[in-house]
Amino acid sequence: MPERRIELVVNGERRHVDVEDRTTLGDALRDGCHLTGTHLACEHGVCGACTVLLDGEAVRSCLVFAVQATEAEITTIEGLSPEDGSLSPIQDAFRECHGLQCGFCTPGFVVSLTAFLASSPDPSDEELRDALTGNLCRCTGYQGIVKAARLATDRLNGRRIVETTEVPA
Amino acid sequence: MKPAPFTHHAPERVDEVLSLLVEHGDEAKVLAGGQSLVPMLALRLARFEHLVDVNRVAELAGLSRADGELRVGAMTRHRVLAGDPEVDEAVPLLARATRKVGHFQIRTRGTLGGALAHADPAAEQPAVAVALDAVMEVASGSGTREIPADEFFLGTWSTALADHELLTAVRFPVWKEPCGFAVEEVARRSGDFALVGVVCAVALGDGGVDRAGIALFGVGSIPVRAAAAESALLAGAPLDEVAAAAAAELEPPDDLHASGAYRRTVAAELFRRGLTRAMEEAASRREIARA
Repeated sequence: MPERRIELVVNGERRHVDVEDRTTLGDALRDGCHLTGTHLACEHGVCGACTVLLDGEAVRSCLVFAVQATEAEITTIEGLSPEDGSLSPIQDAFRECHGLQCGFCTPGFVVSLTAFLASSPDPSDEELRDALTGNLCRCTGYQGIVKAARLATDRLNGRRIVETTEVPA
Repeated sequence: MKPAPFTHHAPERVDEVLSLLVEHGDEAKVLAGGQSLVPMLALRLARFEHLVDVNRVAELAGLSRADGELRVGAMTRHRVLAGDPEVDEAVPLLARATRKVGHFQIRTRGTLGGALAHADPAAEQPAVAVALDAVMEVASGSGTREIPADEFFLGTWSTALADHELLTAVRFPVWKEPCGFAVEEVARRSGDFALVGVVCAVALGDGGVDRAGIALFGVGSIPVRAAAAESALLAGAPLDEVAAAAAAELEPPDDLHASGAYRRTVAAELFRRGLTRAMEEAASRREIARA
């Protein structure tokens, strides 16, 4: 099938990518933009590993075609951490709480949680767990992820200060 | 797990959408939020030469209220339906059911029109449309027509829409107070399609229930309206009896996830719970109105 050149705005940068109409946004980000932090696993909307932000809202990048995303601001996991190479508060919490083992699902969790906390800044434990149900992890058993989500939420609400690498109880 | 090749069309007006549908006939499919269609394309369960993407058709999205109805544009996203205070106020059942559709990342993108036109038998919103007697507004090159919800769903993934027709909006009646609503479902995991579910709407009059709309989902190829149960309720039958009678009439399917017998047992309990909650809510709203 013929390819065409489209323009995507990813993490604030304009990029030109050659895609087929059927190319998913996830494939365009990985193969066209060489941003391989977005992970593709199931490619039919179940696992959540490919989650990115479109105009600040979390979407499955395997269920959006690249040609549909030309008028949006796209943010990937690469765009969430500060430019100095440090970690975002959510990433930091995942590291501290062992919220990952192999790391394959982690970008999807971090991106999803970033969007969720932007729209619901101070969720209850139940709401937080519900928000995490759209992402699958096959290593951790989720306990570390839930802890990380709680720690990040508490810190962002000023309830816990960042000072140690100690794993919270 | 990649869709087969297709040509993507991105019209900005309804008339352009309709001419593309006429031009490409059954080789074309409307692409709304893509949360069901794209997985089907990726799994090669479906294949189309042309996708007519309606995401840029601004006139298809939005809410308006007039003449005792809430009109919801087909491209209104689940996120809006689940969070907009006007929907909660006018058609609470739609707002509550939409919060159970998929995960929040799916609701960001998925649309009401897409979910109805996709017509999954285990989806919540088709049951809401049937229970509340919603009306589908449909456009084609030769004009517009309206389809009542109870004539819209024909089978699994099958509706009364012809290839050249586009679902443009859905009108939901705003029920008169005091009324109560409930959505009850059982799914294997949060965000999954339900094994069985029920949506209930009741309105109280002077003598008791004077309007009821109840539909089950996941118990057949289309939403099942519990018409006999509604009549029994209007006649003043006790809730437990109504629920048991309604479930006894069902013939839910066996599949990998649950047997038909299990679904019927669960449906009876969900029916009882849903109806009880809706009645309690209606009663408490009547008390508030009287106070």
